[in-house]
This record gives sequence, C-alpha cells and structure tokens, in this order.
Amino acid sequence: MKLETFGWDIDADGIAHAVFDVPGRSMNTLTGKAVADIIAIADEVASNDAIKGLVISSGKPSGFCAGADLGEMGQRAGGGEKKELSEAELKKQQFDQGFALNGTLRKLETCGKPVAVALNGLALGGGLEVALACHYRVAANDNPKLQFGLPEAKIGLLPGAGGTQRLPRLVGVQAALPLILQGESFNAEKAYAMGVVQELAPSSETVEKARAWVKANPTAKAPWDEKGYKVPGGVPHKSPGAGQVATMANMMLSSKTYGNYPAQKNILSCIYEGIQVPIDAGLRIETRYFINTQQRPEAKAMIRSLFLSMQELSKGANRPAGHPKTEFKKIAVIGAGLMGAGIAYVQAKAGIPTVLVDVSKENAEKGKDYSRRLVDKDVSRGKSTKEKGDALLDLITTTDSYDDVKGADLVIEAVFENVELKAKITEMAEAVLDDDAVFGSNTSTLPITGLAKASKRPENFIGIHFFSPVERMGLVEIISGKETSEATLAKAIDYVLAIRKTPIAVNDSRGFYTSRCFGTYTREGMEMLAEGIKPAIIENVGRQCGMPMGALEVSDSVGLDTALKVTRATAEAAGVDLQGDDRTQFLAWLVEDQGRVGRKAGKGFYDYNEKGKPERLWPDINKMIEVKVDECPPDLKKELTNRFLVRQAIEVARCFDEGVITDARDADIGSILAWGFAPFTGGCCSYVDLIWGIKEFVAEADRLAAKYGERFEPPAVLRDMAAKGEGFYDRFPPAGTKAKVAA
Amino acid sequence: MTEAYIYDAVRTPRGKGKKSGSLHEITSLSLATQVLQAIRERNDLDTSKVDDVVLGCVSPVGEQGADIARVAVLNADYAETTAGVQVDRFCASGLEACNMAASKVMTGEADMAIGGGVESMSRVPMGASGGAWSTDPQVALKTYFTPQGIGADTIATKYGFSRDDVDAFAVESQRRAAQAWKEGRFAKSIVPVKDQMGGIRLDHDEHMRPDADMQSLAGLQPSFAGMGAMGFDEVIKQRYPELEKINHVHHAGNSSGIVDGASAVLFGSKEMGEALGLKPRARVKAMASIGSEPGIMLTGPTYVSQKVLKKAGMNPEDIDLYELNEAFASVVLLMMQNLNIPHDKMNVNGGAIAMGHPLGATGGMILGTMLDELERADKETALITLCVGAGMGTATIIERV
Repeated sequence: MKLETFGWDIDADGIAHAVFDVPGRSMNTLTGKAVADIIAIADEVASNDAIKGLVISSGKPSGFCAGADLGEMGQRAGGGEKKELSEAELKKQQFDQGFALNGTLRKLETCGKPVAVALNGLALGGGLEVALACHYRVAANDNPKLQFGLPEAKIGLLPGAGGTQRLPRLVGVQAALPLILQGESFNAEKAYAMGVVQELAPSSETVEKARAWVKANPTAKAPWDEKGYKVPGGVPHKSPGAGQVATMANMMLSSKTYGNYPAQKNILSCIYEGIQVPIDAGLRIETRYFINTQQRPEAKAMIRSLFLSMQELSKGANRPAGHPKTEFKKIAVIGAGLMGAGIAYVQAKAGIPTVLVDVSKENAEKGKDYSRRLVDKDVSRGKSTKEKGDALLDLITTTDSYDDVKGADLVIEAVFENVELKAKITEMAEAVLDDDAVFGSNTSTLPITGLAKASKRPENFIGIHFFSPVERMGLVEIISGKETSEATLAKAIDYVLAIRKTPIAVNDSRGFYTSRCFGTYTREGMEMLAEGIKPAIIENVGRQCGMPMGALEVSDSVGLDTALKVTRATAEAAGVDLQGDDRTQFLAWLVEDQGRVGRKAGKGFYDYNEKGKPERLWPDINKMIEVKVDECPPDLKKELTNRFLVRQAIEVARCFDEGVITDARDADIGSILAWGFAPFTGGCCSYVDLIWGIKEFVAEADRLAAKYGERFEPPAVLRDMAAKGEGFYDRFPPAGTKAKVAA
Repeated sequence: MTEAYIYDAVRTPRGKGKKSGSLHEITSLSLATQVLQAIRERNDLDTSKVDDVVLGCVSPVGEQGADIARVAVLNADYAETTAGVQVDRFCASGLEACNMAASKVMTGEADMAIGGGVESMSRVPMGASGGAWSTDPQVALKTYFTPQGIGADTIATKYGFSRDDVDAFAVESQRRAAQAWKEGRFAKSIVPVKDQMGGIRLDHDEHMRPDADMQSLAGLQPSFAGMGAMGFDEVIKQRYPELEKINHVHHAGNSSGIVDGASAVLFGSKEMGEALGLKPRARVKAMASIGSEPGIMLTGPTYVSQKVLKKAGMNPEDIDLYELNEAFASVVLLMMQNLNIPHDKMNVNGGAIAMGHPLGATGGMILGTMLDELERADKETALITLCVGAGMGTATIIERV
C-alpha cells in the first residue's frame, strides 16, 4: 500500500500501525491526500485478513491532527461549484464528496477489527473526529499543550466527519452541545472524565497502550453498535428530559446569537435529527447539513476572515518586504494613564524591557500599578506564578526623566489628545533618541501627518493606535502619515507582532480607519433617535443584527460629552453651522442641561448601577424627542438592520475610495476586532461581497440614500466595482508587493 | 346550507390536575364516557342517530391516545355505527371539536353529532405528546418559540397591563365563579363524576379560591421570570424589539388552573331534532379560526373574534355575552381593550383562572356555560373564543332560538 501522509507497518501479531505524518508540515491537517490515505487504510484493514487490528498515532511532536485544511476548504466554501451538471447530479456529487470521510470512518468503525488511537498532542476538528471513530482512545497525560475540541462552529462550519453524531452518543446531548456549538477546547483530564478518551498514559507509552488494547480485544464495536445501546441522557421525543434539553438548546442559541449563525443552527439540527435515527442515517444527515452550511456565504466569510486572514495578518502579512526584522531591546511608553499603563503591561508580558514615563515618578508608578493588579489577578487564579509575575514587573521601569528614554528602539506616546502636548513630547523624546528610533503616537483620531510636523524626522513617525482595554483587545491599527517610511511601517508591524497582537495597516485621515467607521454606527443610532424611533428598538435591533452593544449604549461608553465635542469640532473644521441641528441640540441638552455624559457618570442614555452595568434606558430621553415609532415589525427591523450595517460598510468603502485603507483583509479584520462589526459577515468588506453581492449592495445603498440622505451614498469606487462586478477582494486583494515577514 | 342547532351541553366538574385531585383516580376514558352517557340519558337519545363524536384532546398519548373519541363511544355503549374522531387545536380543541360537529350538520355529512373534549392533566401531563415546535431548531428559531407564559407576560408588557391589573382581573374571576356556583348557574350542565362503584366522586369545581384577594395574590412570585432570564426574554424581544424588558406579571393565581375534566355538546339539524323530539336551545351563527404571530402566541382571540363577527355580519356591541378562556389574565384584558368590550359582558361567571382549564375539554365547557347563561339572563347572542398555542384563535357565535 502506498501512502503519502501516513507511515505504515504491520507487526508480527498482525497489528497494523498507521503513523499520521503529512510531509513538509509541522502539523498534520486533513488535506485531500490525507483523506485519500485514510480511505486506503480503512479499505486495507477491512479487507486484508492478515491484519488483526489497527493502531493510529502521529509522527508529529506537535500533536495528532489540527483538523481540516481550511485553505483548501475556504476555496470550496460559499457555493461556487459551476453548473454543468443537473441540479440532482450536482447535489449527488456534493453529497458523495462530503460523505467520503464519514463513510470511510464508519467502515473502519464497523469492520469488526479493533482500532485504537494514541493521542500525544492536540486533536482538533477533523482530527478529533477521526479519533472518535476509533474504538479506543489513549491520550497523553504529560503534555500540557494537548487539547481536544471541535472548533468548526467558530468559523461558520460544523464538524462534518461524524463529530455531531459520535460525541453526543458518547457523552450525551447536554454535555456535547456546548463543546460543539462554542467549539471550546478541553484537556486530556476533562476528556477522560467525560469518557471522550478511555485511557491516560505518559506520551512515551500511548502507542504501546493502544497496541495492548488492540491485542487484548480481537473484536470491537462502537458503543452505539452494541445491542441495547442508549444515548446518555436520552433522545428527544423518546425520553421527556431530552425534549427539554432540545428546547433549552434552541432557546440558548437564539438568545445568544439571534439566529445570525447558520452553522450553529445546523449543528443543533444535526444532533436533534441525527440522534433520533441509527448512526448511519445520522452521518448522512450530518453530511447534508455540512454541505448546506458550507454553501452559506457566512461560512466562506468566516473561514476567510476569522481563520485565514487572521492568521495571515497575525504573522505580518501586510508588512513591507525588504526590511530586517527588529528585535526590541527597550521601548519607552510616555504617559502612564489608562492606555499607557496597558501598553506597558502587554510589552512586559511579551518580555520587552519597558520604560514608563510620566510627569512624576509617582504618576508613572500609578501606571505600573495597573500591571501589578493584572499580575496579582493572574497569580491568584493560577494563570501565572509569583516568579513569572515578578519578572514581568521587573521589566517595567518607571521614571519622570527623558534620560531614561535614551536608547529606546521605539517610543509610544499615550498622552491626552492634545496637539501641542504631543508636539512637546515628540521634541523632548527625539532630543534623546537615536536617529533610527521610531516615534509612535497612540492617538485615536488626530491626523498623523499633522502630529509628525513636530518631528525632526517625520519618516520615523507613525500612528500606533491601541484599543481599550489594551490587554484584552487583539487589534492594533498602524497609521502611516504622509512622510512615514516603509521601514518605519515594517518596524511598527514587528512591534505589534512582538506583543502578540494583530496589526492592520492604514493611511492617514481624521479618525483613521477604525474610529472613523465605528462612529457611523453610533451616529446612525442618533439619527434613529432623532426620527422618533423608540430607544429600545434602536438598542435591540443593534444587538440583534450582530453588533456587540446597542448604538446608544456604545455612545454612553465613549462618553456623550466626547461625542458632543467631536461633533462640534468636526462641524467647525468643515465650516458647518450646528444651530439648526436637532441631534446636536439634543446631545447638548443631555450633556449640558442634564449632566448625562455617559457611563463614566453613571448616567447617559442609560442609568447605570454601581458596577457600571446598564440598568435601564433613561425614561426621560423622550422628553425632548417625541416617540413616533413604538413598534418594530419585521419589515422595520430589516430596514433598521440594513441602515446600521450598510452605513458602516459605506464608510469603509469611502476609506478605500480615499486610500485610507488598501487591503480588504485589513478592513475586514479591523471592523470585527476594533468595533465588533457583526462577525458572522466576515467583516464590512465580506458583508458587501458575500452577504449582499456588490451590485445588490450598491442598489440597497442607493435606495437608503434616496430615503435617508447622502450618508448612504456609495462612493465612486463602489459604483465602479458594481459596474465591473468586482468585490472588495477582487479590487483590493492582499497586495502582492507586501511579502511575508522577513524572518 | 343546513342550520346547526344545539340541543344540549354537559360537562364534568373540574378536578385539581394533580395526584391529590379528586379526578386523578378516574381515567380519561371514564370522563369522556360519562359525558357521552349523560348526553344520551338526558335526551333519551337514540345514539344510532348520532353520526359522529368529535372530541378535543391536547395530549393524545397513553390512555388518551389512539382516538379516544371512538373508544369513548364504544365504552359509553353508543350504537357501534357512531364514529369518533379526536382533534387537537391545543387549547381550543374542545371548541374546534364543536365547530367540526356543527359543520358536519351544516354540510349534511351528519344529521346529529357531538362535539366536546377530554383532558386528564393529572394523568397525562401537559406536553406529554412532545412536538417539533420547541425542539426542532429549524422551526423554533425562526418563529421565536417561547413558552406561553412568556407570551402572556409579553402581552402585558406590550399593551401596558400591570401586575395590579392582572391580579385584579383574577380576583374578579374568582368572585364571579364563586357567585355563579352559589347561585347554581352551572347546575344545568354539570354532570357529577362517578367512581368505579357508581358513587359520586366530584360534583363541584375544586380548583376555586373564592377567598383570593389582591393581598394574597401579591405574595405570589411571577412564574416565568426565571425562564425569561434564562433567555426566553431575549428570544421574544427579537420579534418585539420595542420592548426593553419583559414585565413578568403572571403567576399561578392569575393564570388558568391545571385540572381534569370532560365536556360534550349535542348538535343536530332541525329535522333530526324534531324527529327525535328534541327542543333546540340555540343555533350556531358563525365559526372561525385564524393564525396569529406565534411568538407572543396568545393574541388570536381579538383577530378571530373580528373574523367571526364579520362572517356573522355583526359588530362587537351586537354580542350580548363574551366568553374568552382565561388562559392568562392579560389575554382577556387585551381582547376587552381591543374590541372595547365592557367587563360586565366578559366571562360573567368567572373562568379558568378560578375553575381551571382542562385543555382539550375547555372549549365545549365554556360553550355550554354560555348556552346556560343566555337562557338564565334571557339574552340572545354569545361569542365564545380561546387563545391557542403556536399563535391561533378559534371562535363561535351562538344565538338562542
């Protein structure tokens, strides 16, 4: 037998040993070739009388298998297959392809010969599904990196190789549901406790334990193939409790995801329908739902953005090529407020010596306290040790002297949003910095080109925009000003990768990319409020269309005083008179008459409790604005949903039109990570490309513009794309000039 | 088309729907049998003239399964030529059964037919028949499935009924039911349930709490707040985003009681009635069923009443008496508000909050209640309706002859 991805031998006892080892990769994935090999192995084991049983293990120290090859799968997702076949032929072909691995694993499971798998490291997705189809699973108990899980749902897919059928049959529906729906991974001990693996052993012994089991059990059947098998916890419509579990599962999914994620709904259906019939029928049902799910635009969007693009950007895909990688020996953070303190923490956590500067040593120490609190928390929760925590804190030096900035490779300025102050700090820092050091400003709105005017060497000046809270938000927006050099951009990206966050690279503009686009969501909420739409409708529809918070709640978090200030400043800069503007009048009334400045004051659009949680919408909001719309039937809900999401996407399109952003991946990942744009869409660009289609999107934007005003007006680039039938990923693909990180 | 006349209506008393309830020891079959026997005996009926018996039953499994109507026909010693069929329109099953029996007369399929229903909630618990609506993700999510109580609370929230409003309604239901019993207003149709020896097992509605007042009800915890907080509130808000929070006002004291019971109503053509020497008491003027938004579930009575009034060529004020099953207080308050029905025309003898709601049997019971009350109060027309699971409504207008 010729196998490309498995080693193969048969011992004197007739026990075959298949060693999974995809050549040229550090981790096994279920590539097309690997699946073909598994099919060949199953055929051989089932048909060759000389083979008495099978042990499967991995040749990779990294683990058993990380699951499907998502690069291959991303190509197939979202429909795509061309129609030369009849509808029925196409469906049959899709089913046969989709069922190939399922059918093979089932064949192996029912061949009568014992099959055991040794799991030394991680087994995720399809990797775990292969293991679940074996009769006996031995996991290593000495590998802290070992994890099991079915993470498909996280990227819009469902486990399609028996996972939705075998796991519930093994551990019961109730225990299986969260594992499959949320895709969280679990360790060997938990797997053993649940019965997902039958034996734990040191890594060096797992293969022998598996072999010993095969030897001792010359015939084997899966539990569900035994007579009298019953699903733990029962089956809907056959045992009363199980119906309750199904009802509650539907409720939980609906209340948490508002029906926006087809994969999760289909997972529930795989389990609900599949568990009521014999496993062979269940596997066919799973394959049908798998194909149904894979053909949804959400699947393609989520695989591309949440997996592929995330991975690419997190490895520095948008870093300019040809510049040596920077190792950071020392980084100074100026300004020890909330942002500066958080930045110092993430640097120290990444092992980078950090100087935290403020006007007094005392202030700088207060900033370091932030790290102390986070370290204490981690230590008390067992996530870190006292020694590690102390080492982290030792990396942060506090000072009020710029002398300590000397020698830094990079300075991050994180002071108030005040141009003069920032200019002064730029000068003071540059006075002691080496010529090639980079000065980064953590401003969230002030144009970089303007700030760089204070710099002696604007080519080394760049925006490094963090999000709050720094230690939790995974994105950093890198903003190049007019003069910023490619070498500086490369260095800034090296920095973001060094602190293990995901960079997106954008160009200068007021509010750059993220702040600018994010603001359109809250502003659309204000428009709705001004129209007399009941606040509860605005908030509920906002959340239900996939945004993390209602628009008014977001406004409260940002601060209504800030919103008022920005509105006035923007109007002034544009020479617009706000006298007759209802929205500004209303905001001024809230902030200046009522003192309702937002969450920080415990009152804004909402009333907040002592913990800062919103208690209720302030009932007097509508003292100033009469409620004209107090019901929200489905048509209105759809209209408001489109207003919220289309408006944000239009602003993103304008950013492309103006050259603020140039790579669809940056835009998609930025929209999800920075402001939580409905993740099931894959981000703003994928929302346009895949959820709507470019022509349909432009038509909808035109309709909304005619009805609500020019804020929905598609920019020229979008019209041109629609005319040519190009999506964002056609027009603004990953730039070929931006090679992979130099390393 | 042939007119359908109502010749008689009977019901059992309602026993508490739990193990300690008086009727827990009596089978569903026996309850159905006893009302059919009563119809025969009270009217000296030649049962070979009864073409069909239609019985509502919402949990038609176990002893209530496999067409309990036909089995009850046999057990009641009706002529073996009398057919039987069980129907399920959730809470309106009993009224739907009556409408079907009447329709059979109207179309000429039957000259005489019985409608009614049976439900022993203590023996075959609510939900025992399962069903796909809440369990199958494909339909549950898109229709915003929530339990009925959440729907009732959503009605209260959306249409502005406070806890005091619903409690006051409940207190009045108890008062009216107690008074009706005291004055013997149900005497005409009550058939005491007999036990295995032929002794009287129950001769009155045993769920009533005539001493309930605002104070005692105020002490009860809302029944659906926990479920709502678990996630059902977020589910229903997807259909009603105008609601910031659901105000959970319903509890055991202002919702229908869980009880056991059975009902039967005799319908026939004028000719068959005359041939059998029976005196018609009323005629069926119009019937209707509708579907309404399933998430809130219980708003159907308004719409089905509008439809049935239109079919009858009547306006709401033309109806002398209304009977709307008191599944939950807010359901009745909403219909009174929508159709501008004064409380003194609605559920004049109390309702299910006081006496209980034996799911499949209720429609036939409240139709009989209206028949008796029209005669007692010397009024002409009554509209009987129920809210129905999964968003439906069923209604009937009867008119004295």
